[in-house]
Formats: sequence, C-alpha cells, structure tokens
Amino acid sequence: MRALFRKEKMWQRHKLKPRYDVVVIGAGVHGLSIAYYLAKNHEITNVAVLDKVYLGGGNSGRNTAIIRANYMTVEGVHFYSESLKLYEELSKELNFNLLFSQIGHLSLAHTDSAVNGLWRRAEVNKALGVNSRVIWPDEIKRMVPALDTSDRPRYPVKAALYHAPGGVIRHDAVVWGYARGVERHGGEVHPRTEVIAIDVKDHQVTGVRTDKGEVIRADCVVNATSGYCTTVSKMVGVDLPVVTHPLQACVTEPLKPFLDKVVVSANLHVYVYQTDRGELVMGSEIDPYSSYSQGSTLETLESIVAHALELFPGLRHVRVLRQWGGLCDMTPDYSPILGEVDGLKGFVLDVGWGTYGFKAGPVSGKRIAELIATKRTPDIIRPFRLSRFREDRLVSEKGAAAVSH
Amino acid sequence: MGFLLECPNCGKRDVYEFRFGGEAHRRPRVNSSSEEWMKYVYMRENVAGVQQEWWFHRLGCHKWFLAIRDTRDNSVMRTFWMGEELV
Ligand SMILES: Cc1cc2nc3c(=O)[nH]c(=O)nc-3n(C[C@H](O)[C@H](O)[C@H](O)COP(=O)(O)OP(=O)(O)OC[C@H]3O[C@@H](n4cnc5c(N)ncnc54)[C@H](O)[C@@H]3O)c2cc1C
Ligand SMILES: [Zn+2]
Repeated sequence: MRALFRKEKMWQRHKLKPRYDVVVIGAGVHGLSIAYYLAKNHEITNVAVLDKVYLGGGNSGRNTAIIRANYMTVEGVHFYSESLKLYEELSKELNFNLLFSQIGHLSLAHTDSAVNGLWRRAEVNKALGVNSRVIWPDEIKRMVPALDTSDRPRYPVKAALYHAPGGVIRHDAVVWGYARGVERHGGEVHPRTEVIAIDVKDHQVTGVRTDKGEVIRADCVVNATSGYCTTVSKMVGVDLPVVTHPLQACVTEPLKPFLDKVVVSANLHVYVYQTDRGELVMGSEIDPYSSYSQGSTLETLESIVAHALELFPGLRHVRVLRQWGGLCDMTPDYSPILGEVDGLKGFVLDVGWGTYGFKAGPVSGKRIAELIATKRTPDIIRPFRLSRFREDRLVSEKGAAAVSH
Repeated sequence: MGFLLECPNCGKRDVYEFRFGGEAHRRPRVNSSSEEWMKYVYMRENVAGVQQEWWFHRLGCHKWFLAIRDTRDNSVMRTFWMGEELV
C-alpha cells in the first residue's frame, strides 16, 4: 500500500559531464522527444537536454495542444499524420496518461474561396489516408449546436472540414512523460542551463558552453529552441529564414460541457474548444509584429473574444480567466526546418515550429533521432531541409496552419 | 506586449494603427548572385535586441517610415523617414 503512494522523481538533478555524444539545446517537446527516441530506438544514451528555464517553459508549456493531421501539402500530410499516429500510442508507450481526447476538429469556411481551400485539403487528406471530409451547415449544426450557423452573422458559416481524429492533449504531461522516458533510458535533462556558445573546429561542431562557465564536448548539437532558434543558430553563423512573433491564447472560467469539437475559423482568425474541466480555450493568429516579449495585449484579447462571440453568441456573459503568450519561430512557408545544414557537420536543426509544432513533437523526435543515429536523412523529413529556400522548393502550409495551430 | 509608436507625421499612436514591415535590410544590386538574392528574400537577422525596421501608418497618413526598437521589450528608441539615417 505504501508503495502505491511512493513519490517517484520524474527526473533527477545531474552534474553536467564533460562529454556527451549528443547535446540537445531546448527541453520542449522536440528536444525531449529527440533524446527519448535516441535512447529508445538507437541505444544512444549519453545525451543531455539543456534548457535555460524549466522543462516545458517555452512554447511546449504555453500552447493550446491541438493535434491534427489535416494539412494541405502531400509532404505535410505524410509528416503530421505519422505524428498523430505516434500520439495515439504515446500514453501507452510512456506509461503516462496524456489525456489525449480525439474529440474531432472542424475548420470553418465563411467565403467561397475558403470552401475551395477545404475541398482541396479534404481531397489531399483522403488520398493519403487521413480522415477528413467537407460537411455543410446542417451537419455542422448537429455536431456543434451552440454554433451560430444562421445567416445572421456578417460572415455566415458555409462549410467545414471535419477531421474526426483531431483533438487535444495535456501538453505538460507530454513534456513530463518524455522527460521521464529520457531519464529511464539513461539520458539526462538539465533545466536552468543556458547555452551561450557553440564550439566549432574545421567545420565540425565540437561542443557547447553554458552560462555557468561549463565547457561540454559533443560532436552533435541539436538546436530545438523554437522562438529562440535564430539566437542559437547565430552562435555557429547559420542564417535562418525565421522571424519570431508572439502568439497569444486565453482561457475562460469553466462552463457545463456543451462543446465537444475543436472549432477553428480562419476567416474570423479565431479558434475555440472546451477542455475536460469545462474551460474554453481560445486563440488567434500571431501578433502582427515581431518580438521577443511574450507579454499579452488587450487588442488581441478583444479580437479573440469578439470573433468567438460571432461564432458562439451565447458566450457573452462568460468571463476570461487568463491570457498568455509564447514566442513562435515563423518561417516563410509555415513549415518547419529539419535536419543538417550544408558546410557544418554535427549541427542539427529542429526548428521553424511557428504556431503549429506541438503536434509534431513525436515524429520529429523519432526522425531526427534516426538521422543522428544513421547519418541519413529520413525521406519523411527531407522536404523540410534548410536548403529548400535556396532550391526554391517551399512547402507552403499557410492555408492550413495560419490560424489552425 | 503592446506599445506606442511615433509616426514622424502624426505623432504617438497605438501600435495597432500601424502595419509592421519587417526588419530593414539592404536590397542587393540587380546583378548580384542568386545566393545574395536568396538571403535577401528569405534570411533574417531576427535579433533579440535593437533592430531597424519598417512601419506603415495604415490608420493614419499612409506613409512608410523607419523605427529603431528593442525586440526584447518593445521599447522604441527613435522613428524617422527613410533617408534621414543610414539603412
Ligand atoms: C499560444 C500558443 C498556442 C499554440 N497552439 C498550438 C497548438 O494548438 N498545436 C500545435 O501543434 N502547436 C501549437 N503551438 C506551437 C507549439 O507550442 C510549438 O511549436 C512547440 O511547442 C515547439 O516545441 P519546441 O520543443 O520546439 O520548443 P519549446 O517548447 O519552445 O522549447 C524550446 C526551449 O528552448 C529553450 N532555450 C532557448 N534558448 C536556449 C538556450 N540558449 N540554451 C538553453 N535553452 C534554450 C527555451 O527555454 C525553451 O524551453 C502554440 C504556440 C503558442 C505560443
Ligand atoms: Zn502617420
């Protein structure tokens, strides 16, 4: 009986070793899952994940945790649907309840061109085995009775893309579950350890330096720092096509359960869902200027709330409890940047996650680990290489990821 | 975090009156290499610190101007017309 309540530490406090096989900068879902799959799938366990704040203190602890695979491009759909499948098994894999609720995801269209965009996504999704279809206001109304599907609003709802396997997960649990997994397999997580420099010799990464003056040797260093990825890449002189923008969200007081779908409207720049505890989580697109300040603004709150009320007029008396922001590493094509860079050995990128990267934690971790272990770039992440900007082969997901995260 | 921005024409206004035009960087010459053009089009300094950047007064005089702003706390040091200071 006592054993049942025995406290278990999810991760330990370690002294930094002078040498690791791999150092991962950034202990969000991406950095942690890389370390986890390095150990689990490839038996590379001499790995340290360093973070300048606490575990999940970046966007992995600030996002609204929507998981979906209904993207627009073939490359994107392949990639995100592998992640969705990994998420479906992840509670079991990590032996940790991640509260993944596949409640279904609705992307609304309020204009003809938006309806066309949904058709295109539905067809690409179906062709690649992802469950998505276009539905009309009568069916939307049955799924979400509280939604105003009348022609009263300025932009009435015309159609929706219904993606049944989409849903939400408990983001902190994902971070903790992976962190515990890393430690159980022999890796180390080091919160409050900031990397301030990366050493390079003869075009080969040789290690990192921390804010406490430690010098750590490692032939492989991974940049998994999302909003800060430019600052880390600059340490080795690698240019990135990234601009850091804040993204905000808010949450209301709890209500009786009335909404069991994630509802997104790109036309109205808003998304809304109800958590298992009854609160409404609402968000929007990025702030309209670049910044490394993650404070929130009244303008964004007003915009989120006004648009949410156009969708759900019945919510006008509901109070907002909290509002917050995170720093998103936006790329020109709304796709990530994954893999090695030309001319510098041992430096691996897992960045460009913008507003949509939480859902991709498992697949990037698994595939970046494979890249590090086998020294070959897996096909599924090859389209996202940094050199695509030089080759003019962008993977444009803006239509499927600007407001839907 | 929101802030005020001083349009050189209209004075101090809420940042939401303006459209952000990105960091100011030099346009390559026409005969520059495609590598230089690629950098110009895609690559960004994205500094966590002081940067020079473009703004457009969309709800005001409809003029473009430049600002020097610290991206860490959004404090604005100066705003001015193009040509008044080196880009
Ligand atoms: C409000 C909001 C809502 C979002 N909603 C969704 C959503 O619904 N679905 C979705 O899929 N995505 C969403 N996202 C995006 C998602 O949160 C991110 O893309 C994802 O969490 C990125 O994970 P990461 O592990 O790469 O980065 P992070 O979790 O940000 O981790 C990076 C870490 O690097 C650390 N770091 C930075 N610099 C250094 C350094 N020099 N040394 C050491 N450590 C350093 C930081 O402290 C940070 O902890 C949202 C984001 C926000 C802000
Ligand atoms: Zn003006």
